[in-house]
Amino acid sequence: MTAETIDVTVPRRAAIHPGWVRVCHWINALAVLVMIGSGWQIYNASPLFGFTFPRTITIGGWLAGALLWHFAAMWLLVINGLVYLTLGIVTGRFRSKLFPLGPRAVFADLWAALTFRLSHKDLSHYNAIQKLLYLGIIFTGIVIVASGLSIWKPVQFHPLTVFFGGYDTARYVHFAAMTAIVVFLVVHVSLAVIVPKSLRAMITGR
Amino acid sequence: MPRIRKPVPGVDPKDLIKDAARLMPDPARRAFLRGAVGLGALTMLTGCDIVDENSAENALRYVSRFNDRAQAFLFDPDKLAPTYSEADITRPFPFNAYYDPDEAPVVDAASYKLEISGLVDNKKPWTLDELHALPEVSQITRLVCVEGWSAIGSWQGAVLSDFLKRIGADTRAKYVWFKCAEGYTNTIDMPTALHPQTQMSFKFDNKLLPREYGFPMKIRIPTKLGFKNPKYVVAMEVTNVDKGGYWENQGYNWFSGL
Repeated sequence: MTAETIDVTVPRRAAIHPGWVRVCHWINALAVLVMIGSGWQIYNASPLFGFTFPRTITIGGWLAGALLWHFAAMWLLVINGLVYLTLGIVTGRFRSKLFPLGPRAVFADLWAALTFRLSHKDLSHYNAIQKLLYLGIIFTGIVIVASGLSIWKPVQFHPLTVFFGGYDTARYVHFAAMTAIVVFLVVHVSLAVIVPKSLRAMITGR
Repeated sequence: MPRIRKPVPGVDPKDLIKDAARLMPDPARRAFLRGAVGLGALTMLTGCDIVDENSAENALRYVSRFNDRAQAFLFDPDKLAPTYSEADITRPFPFNAYYDPDEAPVVDAASYKLEISGLVDNKKPWTLDELHALPEVSQITRLVCVEGWSAIGSWQGAVLSDFLKRIGADTRAKYVWFKCAEGYTNTIDMPTALHPQTQMSFKFDNKLLPREYGFPMKIRIPTKLGFKNPKYVVAMEVTNVDKGGYWENQGYNWFSGL
């Protein structure tokens, strides 16, 4: 078998992240950044709270430009997200990587993390905190898309808008989900910087 | 002292001015373009445009046209916008336009005539009295502004689809175009024009439309964003040509359905 010869000549380990995960990850990264940047500019047109986002960190320049970006990147985000979710379920990756997950493991790993004893030696295995965060961000992704859909089409998808508490409340849900994603991003990117091999693994797969 | 320039032979100074004007887009357009590059910080850091401004704008407008078709596909002609009770009405109902309320057009009721043109059998202009005599319907619906905010209002008037039938409009045409007293224009798709809740509104909250809400006539479309609900409407055309609209021409999505 060829696999044997390869094993002898080059000791290849299985990829930590298969190609589809890496492709989906970086497409998603681009889509999310455009959605957040343009979303902030859209928010500025009618702020929900007593602040606006500085123009220098928003995308689109003014409301119409931001809306064009938002509703273009939307397709990238949703199609890529659906491919990711489908493959994650079909290949069994979600089941093997993100489960089982129980409160006991979460608390144990949380304590380990707070005392700087949480290991990152094996990148192919997620600790309970990672599992929780990755499941949480997938859930938040679904919430932000669904709430966005309910704001975009409150007549055609009226039951969805009702589910999010009506049009005006759905805007707050959409904003809260954005905030959760931004907080996740800060943690996620910080950890990738602290553990650079995790960033390499998401680029090269190893 | 200003230097007197000799005209360059073979060059029409008028063309030069036109070209120069093209290089200096209006502020809104400039802002749009600057934003279209968007990843602005990156541009400044690298000193080169990572996205060509015009191609980015063209690509975005192309996707926006695609989104028009996606929304037309999603639009269910029988699905009614949710309706609300008197108690839900937002008071005071917000005034919103690209000008201040005191700059809103003042339309003279006595001389007002709704001009009808395009693919219709009867192009007779309509006086306000004639319009007011049309069968009246009422709706309390939510107006959603493209800016994000919403407000619930109460409108009374005639069903647009009944009116289109009455004037013998060819409802197989693609669009209905509206012109307003201040020059605002708007084009809507025929399926939306024929939607049962699309209304020629003459009253707000059971009182004659006040000036700020669009006297003498507003087209109330609860299945579209607020800017697709023209006020001060003075002319209507049934057409197969998309004549665009005030905001649509500046980059807002054309369909803008809800």
